[in-house]
Amino acid sequence: MSHVVSPIREVLVTGGKSYHDVTQDICKQVEGEPTKEWKIAFAVSCVVFAYGAYCLGYTWWQGIGVWGLNKTVGWAWDITNFVWWVGIGHAGTLISAVLLLFRQKWRTSINRAAEAMTIFAVLCAASFILAHMGRPWLAHWALPLPNAFGSLWVNFNSPLVWDVFAISTYLSVSLVFWYLGLVPDLATIRDRATTKASKFWYGLFSMGWNGSAKTWARYEYVSLILAGISTPLVLSVHTIVSMDFATSVIPGWHTTIFPPYFVAGAIFSGFAMVQTLLLVTRVVFNLEDYITIEHIEMMNIVVTVTGSIVGIAYLTEFFIAWYSGVEYESYCFVNRATGPYWWAYWMMMSCNVISPQVFWSKKMRTSILASFILSIVVNVGMWFERFVIIVSSLHRDYIPSSWAMFSPTMYDIGDYIFSFGLFFTLFFLFAKFLPVINMAEVKSVMKGVSSNYPHKKKAGGDKEGVSAH
Amino acid sequence: MAGHSHFSPANVEEHFEFTSDTRKKLMVAMVVGAVLLGIGVLFPGGGEHEAAHAVAGHAAEHGAELTGGAVSHHETSWNPLNRLWVNLWLNGVYFSGIAVIGMFFVALQYLTKSGWSSVVKRVPEAFPRFLFFTAPLMILLFIFKGDVIFHWMHHGIMDPANEHYDKIIAGKKGYLNFNFFLIRMVLIFGAWITLWTVMRKKSIEEDLIGGNENFFKMVRIGTGFIVAMGISASLSAWDWVMSIDTHWFSTMFGWYMFASWHVSGIATIILTIVLLKEQGYMKYVNENHLHDLGKLMFAFSIFWTYVWFAQFLLIYYANMAEETIYFLERWEGHGGIYKASEILNIFLNFFFPFLIMMTRDAKRTTIFLKICCAFVLVGHYFDFYQMIMPGTVGPHGGFGFIEFGTLILFASGFIYAVATELTKASLVAKNHPFLEEALHHDI
Repeated sequence: MSHVVSPIREVLVTGGKSYHDVTQDICKQVEGEPTKEWKIAFAVSCVVFAYGAYCLGYTWWQGIGVWGLNKTVGWAWDITNFVWWVGIGHAGTLISAVLLLFRQKWRTSINRAAEAMTIFAVLCAASFILAHMGRPWLAHWALPLPNAFGSLWVNFNSPLVWDVFAISTYLSVSLVFWYLGLVPDLATIRDRATTKASKFWYGLFSMGWNGSAKTWARYEYVSLILAGISTPLVLSVHTIVSMDFATSVIPGWHTTIFPPYFVAGAIFSGFAMVQTLLLVTRVVFNLEDYITIEHIEMMNIVVTVTGSIVGIAYLTEFFIAWYSGVEYESYCFVNRATGPYWWAYWMMMSCNVISPQVFWSKKMRTSILASFILSIVVNVGMWFERFVIIVSSLHRDYIPSSWAMFSPTMYDIGDYIFSFGLFFTLFFLFAKFLPVINMAEVKSVMKGVSSNYPHKKKAGGDKEGVSAH
Repeated sequence: MAGHSHFSPANVEEHFEFTSDTRKKLMVAMVVGAVLLGIGVLFPGGGEHEAAHAVAGHAAEHGAELTGGAVSHHETSWNPLNRLWVNLWLNGVYFSGIAVIGMFFVALQYLTKSGWSSVVKRVPEAFPRFLFFTAPLMILLFIFKGDVIFHWMHHGIMDPANEHYDKIIAGKKGYLNFNFFLIRMVLIFGAWITLWTVMRKKSIEEDLIGGNENFFKMVRIGTGFIVAMGISASLSAWDWVMSIDTHWFSTMFGWYMFASWHVSGIATIILTIVLLKEQGYMKYVNENHLHDLGKLMFAFSIFWTYVWFAQFLLIYYANMAEETIYFLERWEGHGGIYKASEILNIFLNFFFPFLIMMTRDAKRTTIFLKICCAFVLVGHYFDFYQMIMPGTVGPHGGFGFIEFGTLILFASGFIYAVATELTKASLVAKNHPFLEEALHHDI
């Protein structure tokens, strides 16, 4: 890659950092004692996790009859939460794979945390599949394993089975990708370790990394191959999730735009979640020089673009429902906007399509407060999107005598809370014990994008800041 | 690259020369195209057309159940000239798409602040010039021959008192009516042409006065264009192509047609650059830039396949008669004359680009790029062919003199318009703020 960088490129590492500063700043929270804030946050997420685990345990013990499902609305929060988490789980691999292929240097500061977030989000999604099964100890029946039960075999015609394959493959590849990126950084921590225990554990997981040119060359080959594999994979996951609905003949579900529209929505919510987490992380760990306003702005732009794509898809569905002349479809969409679930529909529209448009203003998309609020609003909207698709399509059955509404029980809510507990417990553990920014990759792009670069200094960069170190 | 170390943007203003020899060749090609087209119109019995007639009897009964009223209507009032109008429309849609993708490509490079592509951007930037030809042509075709192309414009089809009345089509009157359609068409072309004209002006201005100001203005224009394209891509697909099969509908259609346009546009960009290089121009565009362009062609061929397949799979799987008719008509309707174009569609647009562009070396070698571009461009012509023909000419279709002649006429016209536009500015945007990055591009 060329090392000529145009003077109009934005600076991605501010504060005149040297290579050593990068190591120091990012290793700090791994090597130091856990801070008070971390302990409090971790304790809270453990409590949430414990409460959620109780609810989930009760659900398994009693069966999924404890949920608020009825004969008409036979699928509600369970699948909504699943799709929501899987969608969030799209950003990490997108950032590390697609942005790597597009040579976007700004990804280096955010890819590590985003990938970790992805893995945890996919685990949360998987927990809802297990919860669905009622008998989670038979989960392996979803795989085509030879058995002695006669006709027990998966139905390859079912998109639900494709889902199992897509998501488990995605989880494996994401995990490998994330771990691969961690290895050089783990070796850095190993080399700096002062205690026997950390030398042993970080040494074990860095798998003898020696930093030789050959090792680095292999690292880059494997990254590129994994990026090539993950790109179609990340698209396939939400494509197949969308097919869980779109292959059926339920009005509002069977529509051909679903695959790319779900993928756009997934990237949208995933980036919003990365934004939420990183805005907190950068402050708590003093990483403002690495996760800069430029990074925040870039993510906001991605959120606006994908939100608008989703908006076009909403309007397309609405238009074609009318244009097709199919009365079921027309009814379904009018009912979504004006029927008993109108509030969910307008929640979705305003959070997903209208609110991200404020980022057309440079002032808003570089405002930390606005970015933080919007990043949460987007994920609220994306939860409602799935709720609208699922519940509003189901609650009006073909026969009016079967029409029904859905109301969640405390176990619907508790199982959802479980996933938050799981997610944040894992994320806090990650943030404490592993470097939240990929040190090696940030260093690799510093030459072009740091303010500590001769080119920038000429243009009035903070030379003072550099010499002070 | 060592060879570029002495390259200073300031002293390379490179101008394309549209030689009288090339001009002459293109003129000849246009005449040949027109003659072939004329032969096709005057002797409608020639070529595949005869085959189409041979099966027409069979297709009429077979087709009647497949396409409802459309075929019977055609049967009573079939005029061989219709095939000419439909062909003009088909090529109008296809080449308008390639032309506008030139602008889309440039706009996207500005929006994403891509450095590597600044060295090639003058090529796609010239494409939209052809819109000045296709826009009026298509508008006139719609005004005067719309009823030949669009089932919904057939006389009396929305009139309950008329024997041709079709209740479902009449239900679409709020959207599919002459005035509204024309307004949309004018607005779409108007937006594309206006934004391109402004962009082009700024781009040339940058050559003259330098500075970064024009760059940031172009980022804004490009952003505006992307928004306009986000809306107009779907509208043009619904209007110009999907409404031909008036009963049928698919929410994916807008993005599917855009994907087809997009990859055809990229193939045209690559082909133009390679041909210019072969004539000794653009020496500063090296295998690294070609590699990136090749990746785009590879990736967006797969993207097209993804969209095509997702649309097909969902319709096939749900198996609802009002949707499956679309594929059934193309696969076995009209005596099976469209089956070949369906098969070609997948082979030329997926398997070939996928296998040819797979390796790194292929993307950096001009002969492989040329072969792949040819497959993609022919393949996507057939993609549009199979979208447009069955619902318009039905059993009277085929690939004969008219099709071949019209295609040659449009292709040479496109080359002529783009070549003329290329002479109007330097082939390298010498004051582009990312030019230095692009000249040192090495992957």
